[in-house]
Amino acid sequence: MTSNLVSGVSGEWEVVIGLEVHAQVSSNAKLFSGASATFGANPNQNVSLVDAAMPGMLPVVNHECVRQAVRTGLGLNAEINLISVFDRKNYFYADLPQGYQISQFKQPIVGEGKLRIDLPDGSSRDIGIERLHLEQDAGKSMHDQHPSKSYIDLNRTGVALMEIVSRPDMRSSIEAAAYVRKLRSILRYLGTCDGNMEEGSLRADVNVSVRRPGQALGIRTETKNLNSLRFIQQAIDFEVARQIEILEDGGEIDQETRLFDTTTGTTRAMRSKEDAHDYRYFPDPDLLPLVISQKEVDELEMGLPELPDQIKDRLTADYGLSAYDAAVIIEERETALFYEAASEGYDRKLVANWMTVELFGALNKSGQTLSKCKVLPEQLGSLVGLISDGTISGKIAKDVFAVMFETGSDAASIVKEKGLKQVSDSGAIEALIDTVIAAHESEVAEYRAGKEKLFGFFVGQVMKQSGGQANPGMVNQILRTRLDK
Amino acid sequence: MLDILELGAVEARAALDSGEISAVELASAYVAAAEETAGLNNYVALTADHALEMAAASDARIAKGEAGLLEGVPIGVKDLFCTAGYISTACSNILTGFIPTYESTVTANLWREGGVMLGKLNCDEFAMGSANETSAYGPAINPWQAADGADLVPGGSSGGSASAVAARSALLATGTDTGGSIRQPAAFCGVVGLKPTYGRCSRWGIVAFASSLDQAGPFSRNVADNALMMQAMAGFDPKDSTSADVPLQDLSAAVTLGVKGMKIGIPSEYVLDGMDPEVVKIWQQGQDWLRAAGAELVDISLPHTKYALPAYYIIAPAEASSNLARYDGVRYGKRVESESLDEMYALTRAEGFGEEVQRRIMIGTYVLSAGYYDAYYLKAQRVRRLIRNDFDTAFETVDAILTPATPSAAFPIGRKVDDPVTNFLNDVFTVPANLAGLPGMAVPAGMNGDGLPLGLQLLARPYDEATLYAAGQVLEDAAGFTANPIRRAGGVQ
Repeated sequence: MTSNLVSGVSGEWEVVIGLEVHAQVSSNAKLFSGASATFGANPNQNVSLVDAAMPGMLPVVNHECVRQAVRTGLGLNAEINLISVFDRKNYFYADLPQGYQISQFKQPIVGEGKLRIDLPDGSSRDIGIERLHLEQDAGKSMHDQHPSKSYIDLNRTGVALMEIVSRPDMRSSIEAAAYVRKLRSILRYLGTCDGNMEEGSLRADVNVSVRRPGQALGIRTETKNLNSLRFIQQAIDFEVARQIEILEDGGEIDQETRLFDTTTGTTRAMRSKEDAHDYRYFPDPDLLPLVISQKEVDELEMGLPELPDQIKDRLTADYGLSAYDAAVIIEERETALFYEAASEGYDRKLVANWMTVELFGALNKSGQTLSKCKVLPEQLGSLVGLISDGTISGKIAKDVFAVMFETGSDAASIVKEKGLKQVSDSGAIEALIDTVIAAHESEVAEYRAGKEKLFGFFVGQVMKQSGGQANPGMVNQILRTRLDK
Repeated sequence: MLDILELGAVEARAALDSGEISAVELASAYVAAAEETAGLNNYVALTADHALEMAAASDARIAKGEAGLLEGVPIGVKDLFCTAGYISTACSNILTGFIPTYESTVTANLWREGGVMLGKLNCDEFAMGSANETSAYGPAINPWQAADGADLVPGGSSGGSASAVAARSALLATGTDTGGSIRQPAAFCGVVGLKPTYGRCSRWGIVAFASSLDQAGPFSRNVADNALMMQAMAGFDPKDSTSADVPLQDLSAAVTLGVKGMKIGIPSEYVLDGMDPEVVKIWQQGQDWLRAAGAELVDISLPHTKYALPAYYIIAPAEASSNLARYDGVRYGKRVESESLDEMYALTRAEGFGEEVQRRIMIGTYVLSAGYYDAYYLKAQRVRRLIRNDFDTAFETVDAILTPATPSAAFPIGRKVDDPVTNFLNDVFTVPANLAGLPGMAVPAGMNGDGLPLGLQLLARPYDEATLYAAGQVLEDAAGFTANPIRRAGGVQ
């Protein structure tokens, strides 16, 4: 394992990171009201009497949100608690109409689990999940709409969130990013959260501390509400550097909540432990304990899709893909499904290459998404088939692919239409070689005198003569026999 | 000549169906009575036009033979219930002028069965009080007067409801009972009040005081009327997660069942030091009546009774402190403007909430705070469990329990208001049923030497309201309680 230790002036430090991820549950309605949970409505359009905390209104749990939490727990290999309890977390804020958030404090719906992260070097590691609980989101305060007043939008109020708490098992910002990437991937496979970080559907609070290797845990800070992988890494890196500097100067870390400034990439203190709210948690008397049956859990488990880790294991073990390629392919379910369909019946590794290099490259360059891509999985597969059976060379295939990407035509018809079929007729290739040798007598003499690197020159000339269609393997082979005789 | 206001609800229903009286006639009589007795301050809003419209619609349905259970029966509504289009303030300044767009499930059930809404009735602010003296509208007054003519409290928190039913300015009324808020005022005003099993009546649309204790229930002048109203207002409601999906018994039929062979428990812990001897006497009287009617009396013990009040005064304020957080001046109700949000909260809530409500919010906030939660709230919840266990054990051998409803008769307005602890003791006999979630009924049983009503309380197993109605009817028949408060004679200005 590579070392994650950070060198300070006075020696090495170990970084300890734990994450609390808030993932918005994909559901039509909010956690405790029938109001719509969709993003992007006009302010205060999706607000029910319950959300606005009108007098006498009562919460009723939306069971679909419960099922989504259970699915997520199962996807995280976690213990599902058949009895869990909703608590009230009391605090006053203008965008919190009830004056409390309904959350789960002592008895969450999901207990311990684990998540396998895939690191850039192709290695993997398990990160512990401490718990997952359901809670309500708050509304949104807007302070920039009026010179002296704040405006409140309650659309988000009461939307179901899953708070997923990791163990402090991560040792670098790269691992933290890998954790969030994998978690997001699993949530999207499960369909329990759309993972849209820009819209705030997935956001993370990062707990960071540093310690000398082997020593007890240091004092941590919590940086709130990070909504991109980049911000998560920046915030951690900044905190690590800041904390090491303080400790090496003989200072102490304050246990505090910090805010991340996206423009400067730095964090600043928001409130200290002394100012921390007393949330006065207690079981919500408007709600009975949440009871789910083992039967329902079993049914949900049966209905789970194949998850990224299982697919990755299959791709590496059965198809022989590299861990890296497999990790890239499985991050999105859509990509994995595309790959499975494209590679069915063709060279699995070659299709993986074509997907990760050519297809993803073209998508990136054009800013398209896979779902809008004109190239269908079967079409990519048959292109690779044409390479495998020698119909076209890899080089020609790139040109064919470019046309496919533009037009959505089949590889075979492009090859036929443009006459790109590879020349594998040895007589025809020999004729081309003869022409080239005749035209470059001095180079032939130099080659035969020992200047062997000229071989590539001859290959290039032959290919050029063939309009790129000559079978490069055959060209190599025949050319060598002719030149070396 | 028929005195229309003296008809009970069951009798009025018969008279309406036979065409002897019309719903409009009945509603008009009650509106007039409410206006005449306005000095009792038991209505905070009399919705006369609405009542007459509803009554006219009832007459039409009766004519078509489509009468509901409560068709044409005039009903007053405690101001804690949200009524669509009509002021609903929980008798608090913080909700001054609040008119909901929605109707509570319980009142909607009553209107669905043809009930006619007379108006909104006075109560303690957010139902916090035992004398109706904490209302932002001022105290409601008991139609019964002290021997010296002093005004008496009607009890609380549903004081307006009990007062109006006793004063014949409502035929029936809704109440809510968190620690005795139906049974204690019923006893003070000489009417019948039922606190149903927790979960029987939906809490949806009722301003919450203490969610795990609050329960709506009916007020009436006799047991059979009470059963009729309960039959209409109760029922499972998916909008209330604590609503019980347990079929309601036939309560009107239960009224005729009697107590022959029934075992009635008499808890030794309900004998208090210094209890009013007249209360002791009426309790003994009640036991004799039940025995005479064929019941077997059994001495029982409810050993944790003495912890009920302390536990209640931790749990109820704790829940209230959180339930009342929504009254923050942001979305509806009162707002006192300020430059800062925190100051706006403080000023709004200081001005909007009365003294008793503020006291309970502070107690509740304290008992839930970090470092105190285990010692107070958690311990109180354990006590609550023990109290329920006491009852469960008792109900293994008895079918119902008979206790006094209150430790005394109604007291003069202002007498105890400065001493919150003494006020809290009003609930000593009623609170355990709320903690245990049991149904309880207060039935008028007689008068004390000052000519004031005294009530008895019956408790039964969860969801067994039928037993209360059966035993309650026996007590009512034996007591022959027919006295009218003197206010009825027009003594109120």
